[in-house]
Amino acid sequence: MKLSSTVVRVIGAAAAVSVAVTVWLALWVTPPAKIQGNLARLVYLHPPVAWVALYLAFGVAALSSLLYLWRRTRSLFWDRLAAAAVEIGVVFNALTLVTGSIWGRPTWGVWWTWTARLTSTALLVVLFLGYLALRRVPADPEVRARRCAVAALVAFVDVPIVHFSVQWWQTLHQGGTVLNPTHTLKIHGSMAWTMLLGFVAMTLVFVWLLVVRYQVEVLQDRVGDEQLEVSLAERWAEGGAPVGDGSGPGGDPQVAPVDGTGAGAAAGVGAAAGVGVAEPSPAGGVAAPSAARR
Amino acid sequence: MWRDALLVAGKDLRIELRSRVALWQVLPFAVLVLVLFAFALGPGPSVLRSAAPGLYWLAVLFSTVLATQRSMAIESGEGTRDGLRLSGIDPAGVFLGKAAAVAVQLAVLQAVLAGGIEFLFGVHIATWWLALVASVLATIGLSAAGVLYGALSAGLRVRETLLPLLVLPIVAPVLIAGSRAWSAALTGAVASGTSWLRILGPFAAVYVVVGVVLYGPLQEAA
Repeated sequence: MKLSSTVVRVIGAAAAVSVAVTVWLALWVTPPAKIQGNLARLVYLHPPVAWVALYLAFGVAALSSLLYLWRRTRSLFWDRLAAAAVEIGVVFNALTLVTGSIWGRPTWGVWWTWTARLTSTALLVVLFLGYLALRRVPADPEVRARRCAVAALVAFVDVPIVHFSVQWWQTLHQGGTVLNPTHTLKIHGSMAWTMLLGFVAMTLVFVWLLVVRYQVEVLQDRVGDEQLEVSLAERWAEGGAPVGDGSGPGGDPQVAPVDGTGAGAAAGVGAAAGVGVAEPSPAGGVAAPSAARR
Repeated sequence: MWRDALLVAGKDLRIELRSRVALWQVLPFAVLVLVLFAFALGPGPSVLRSAAPGLYWLAVLFSTVLATQRSMAIESGEGTRDGLRLSGIDPAGVFLGKAAAVAVQLAVLQAVLAGGIEFLFGVHIATWWLALVASVLATIGLSAAGVLYGALSAGLRVRETLLPLLVLPIVAPVLIAGSRAWSAALTGAVASGTSWLRILGPFAAVYVVVGVVLYGPLQEAA
């Protein structure tokens, strides 16, 4: 994603302006709703945030994970994009739960109910927190990318199953729900336009965050690479010769106990062990990471 | 693929038979979970009876995490993973074999746990076939999802803490559907129980297919 900084800035500015206009319309221009009063103003925030979290972010994450695993489109670009999308998705998902709770407390009287929507959204947060935890485990970038892509897809196919099971669990267990959030709320006029603008604003915010987060990911990788090169150069400058040779555990494979009687078998064992240990030599170990990171 | 799966499953089960880790560690742990739940809920028979299906499935879920960890641990030492890859066995076969071995262990465990809730909580299974079908489907799904994530976190230093976080949310539908189906089987309400098989069946099918497709790239990665 070679986006010039101007494009990124324009997206960011558009996001900021649309959010500001949404706030202005939502808080000052639109009238309070007939039944819910000022509470209904959450309709300009909560559904757009949920849209970004549940559809945009995880949709992008699943698609890019798939494209990474597919050999013909495999590139670290998709891995970084998926990581950025999941991170934003988890944050927006948590925001969905928080705004929903704030809305639920005055309308339903409780912060939390075990409705299907809430329960599956909460499970989704935990599912993708697992992805982020897996991502934080240090590993070779290619290895980590493949692992994370598989984890994202495995989590993603779980989403519809979780959804249905939780829905049945809720309806069969509690015998139908009386709680009905604002899906029946009729929306018209300025309120409808404001809500639409809210969706546009949150989508722009998502796109901007995605681009910026992706660029941060690229920079992080580059810093990792360059730091290694710099450190290596420093070490070379210190001693004049490459360090780390011969000091490892495989330093002297000839120290097999070759003395006196029955030495034949002992020497064979010793030599075999020496070769086995010497294989991952320290010198190769130092050179490998910088090459593997590309 | 199927022949490879049989070979891998046979190997894993033979190792289990000889080391008896599942028998002497996982199984007592599962029974211990049942006892601890009883301590948490109090000795009232009506509470325990109504909670029994859920507790049973929670014990199965926790044991699944242990069993898959064990299943991957036997591949971790002395380059056995590389040996498995070098042997030319189809990755899908490795996946199916390992999942089958875990499934056999879970089946034994569930038989003991079923006896456990009957004995400890005083419940009685009214509709045997429903409980059995639900258990078989759930076991396939649990072992497939478990082995998939076990392979994902294999070789990582943090796998003991990472695996439960990854596996348990994924198998939440099994917990829900399994406990509902079993509580129907306990009371004999067949009609409400069979609908839960429609969750357990697709879950098992989806994770077996996903595992067969994705285990290859995963094995390359490790």
